Amino acid sequence: MFDNLKIMWHQGKQFIPDVTNAKVPGIFRGRPIITIADVDEATLADLCPTHAISTQPVSIDLGKCTFCGECSVQFPDKIIFTTDYHLSTNVREKLIIHEGDENPITVDPKVVRKEIHRLFGSSLKLRQVSAGGDNSCEWELNASNNVQFDLSRFGVDFVASPRHADGIVITGPISENMAEPLERCYHAVPNPKVIILAGTDAISGGIFADSPALNRDFLSKYHIDLYIAGNPVHPLTFINGVLGLVRKKGLRRLRTDF
Amino acid sequence: MTNPEYISIFNNQSILVKEIPEHNYTAFKDININLLKGNTARHCINYFGYILADKIKLICCIADDEAHKIYVSSCFVNDNEELSSFTAQNHNFEKFEREIHENFGLKYSNHPWLKPMRFAYNRDNKNKKIENYPFYSVKSEELHEVGVGPIHAGVIEPGHFRFICNGEQIMHLEIQLGYQHRGIEQLFVRKKKLLERTTLAENIAGDTVVGHTTTFVNLWESLCGHTTDSSLNFARTVALELERIAIHTGDLAAICADMAYQLGNSVYGRLRTPIVNFLQEWGGNRLAKGLIRAGKINFPFTNELAKRLIEIFDAYEPDFDEITEKLFMLPSALSRMEKTGVVTYNEVLEIGTVGMSARMSGLNRDIRYSHPYNHYTSIKHTPIIKNNGDVYARAQIRKEEIKQSIIYLRELMTKVPEFKKPENISLNPMPDTFVISMVEAWRGEICHCAITNENGDLLIYKIKDPSHHNWMALAQAVRNNDISDFPICNKSFNLSYCGHDL
Ligand code: SF4
Repeated sequence: MFDNLKIMWHQGKQFIPDVTNAKVPGIFRGRPIITIADVDEATLADLCPTHAISTQPVSIDLGKCTFCGECSVQFPDKIIFTTDYHLSTNVREKLIIHEGDENPITVDPKVVRKEIHRLFGSSLKLRQVSAGGDNSCEWELNASNNVQFDLSRFGVDFVASPRHADGIVITGPISENMAEPLERCYHAVPNPKVIILAGTDAISGGIFADSPALNRDFLSKYHIDLYIAGNPVHPLTFINGVLGLVRKKGLRRLRTDF
Repeated sequence: MTNPEYISIFNNQSILVKEIPEHNYTAFKDININLLKGNTARHCINYFGYILADKIKLICCIADDEAHKIYVSSCFVNDNEELSSFTAQNHNFEKFEREIHENFGLKYSNHPWLKPMRFAYNRDNKNKKIENYPFYSVKSEELHEVGVGPIHAGVIEPGHFRFICNGEQIMHLEIQLGYQHRGIEQLFVRKKKLLERTTLAENIAGDTVVGHTTTFVNLWESLCGHTTDSSLNFARTVALELERIAIHTGDLAAICADMAYQLGNSVYGRLRTPIVNFLQEWGGNRLAKGLIRAGKINFPFTNELAKRLIEIFDAYEPDFDEITEKLFMLPSALSRMEKTGVVTYNEVLEIGTVGMSARMSGLNRDIRYSHPYNHYTSIKHTPIIKNNGDVYARAQIRKEEIKQSIIYLRELMTKVPEFKKPENISLNPMPDTFVISMVEAWRGEICHCAITNENGDLLIYKIKDPSHHNWMALAQAVRNNDISDFPICNKSFNLSYCGHDL
């Protein structure tokens, strides 16, 4: 008993009070900035493993980018990765970063369906479906609920059954072999429901985009409510993305004194 | 001169394909079966086929842990031949032959369990569908079946588990995989750029980024005749041990969660964070994506990072020791772990498990000591071996390996080498070459093989995750256990779905 209290005491305060403005340690590769520096654009675009870079002018599609960082290593004056982990949006085009863009990526509240704010603003239960996911996004989604990131304090939880869920979070490029289970799971979720794509693989197929072993038809059939970029998604990216979607005024300030 | 039975090579050695002795199928089978007979220091690390001039070429690789060598032999067969299986004589080959059968339609007359393996998109028989997997079943009034998956209750990857139970007791478990199949091996051949292939390697299993990517880059450098810089050997070794610490810590958290020990779950869960955050401080990604590269590293390891890591360990260790002492003394925890999910020495030997799933039952398999690579050639690694083969043994291995890795890393931090500036060097694969590379990742042995054609283009890239061998051990472990103990058994193995399905 006293041992347990001692152990608890030794942990100190672990949770991150302000998940929106917290700084991530080190050189995290988040939202890139593309400068107007003059470079050999063809070489730059060609080095990208997932064809995320377009030219004239240069842009990067974060829905395709694997955040490998190679472009910025080879063209350090042109591409600079910031540590901004706000990489979620409900408008697919907003994941495309253009030359000179320095604005944060946000969820556009105007295109969020009315009922989402009303019904899910303070409670959102999610079913996760890994469809060819490599277990890195899954890993980070689990981390989102550890004592540091503590996702459930915002009323957001992962649940075991689609029947208890308000939406699904898809990770992975959607393998052919998972296409049907995914579809079935989606139909088992009661209406209204949201679809969230977590990670580059889910958003664009990532490095697997042209693999014949995938079946991404699901994505063209249904409305996607949220795109969360990352390889894998950072827990803070996920938390901010989901709250940005379901809460009208974004993230209300949180009590930090408990 | 008589044809030798096999060519004997080291880990990460490149040879000409034509140096691999070729036999007729019967001789090929006898040679490899005999290599394993009565010798527990040997096991099959890869056995695969590829199409060459309308025939199927089979290549079999047997590792000898005592001689620190790998024995490679080969054979040509036609896809309409009916063959007698290796598996009928040695169960180590069970999965390998199922894969060959699935991919090429080779018929085995006496394989005991010739079922689909992963329903690969390029499988030979497309009429076989994942929804019609032929499960073993028993006609009985007393027994019932429980199906779980493919989508599981937690945030984990998909796979289908079919239990046959007598009341609460599991009699039999069959694990059907393949849901995660993304066609990775074929993409390795199709995509030509090094960075594309490196990115593929990073995505084989996202919980073993360092393990698989290191295997790939070690292989690639050997295939291109490039000698690995000692600073890169250092960085890869540091990253491998950090990955081991991070995942083992997370696994201890998960084991605690499955026995409803909340305090342990929270403490181990949060202790993982400083380790993965350190990977981010070093390379910009918590799971080390972007860190390991062939011929270079974009994020040199510095003395400042070394200092940071020591600080992190200084803070990690007291908290780790405190909760670990508690957990491993707690009667309620011990009663859940001890004698739960037992796999015996004879069983792991028969299955041919690797890594932790071998060392838990007294079978010494650890590539770090048996086929050293990178910086492990200068670390005198002693594998951690337990004998009970239960959840407790698997938890103990994690506990002790974490401490051991910290000792290794503390030592390495005192001799950080000079790093060169990251620079892309030109690496060109040699023609007509075979190369094999093994790494002991946190789960166990990863093995990649590559073969090039006369132009140096890849003909085949073969990946084997430790889970390939170890899933069968999980199925064995749960027999005669209560079905409620399945989750803790599963967590204590923590096997990879995508690493298996590729
Ligand atoms: S960081 Fe993104 S855009 Fe840059 S090369 Fe890598 S994948 Fe392409």
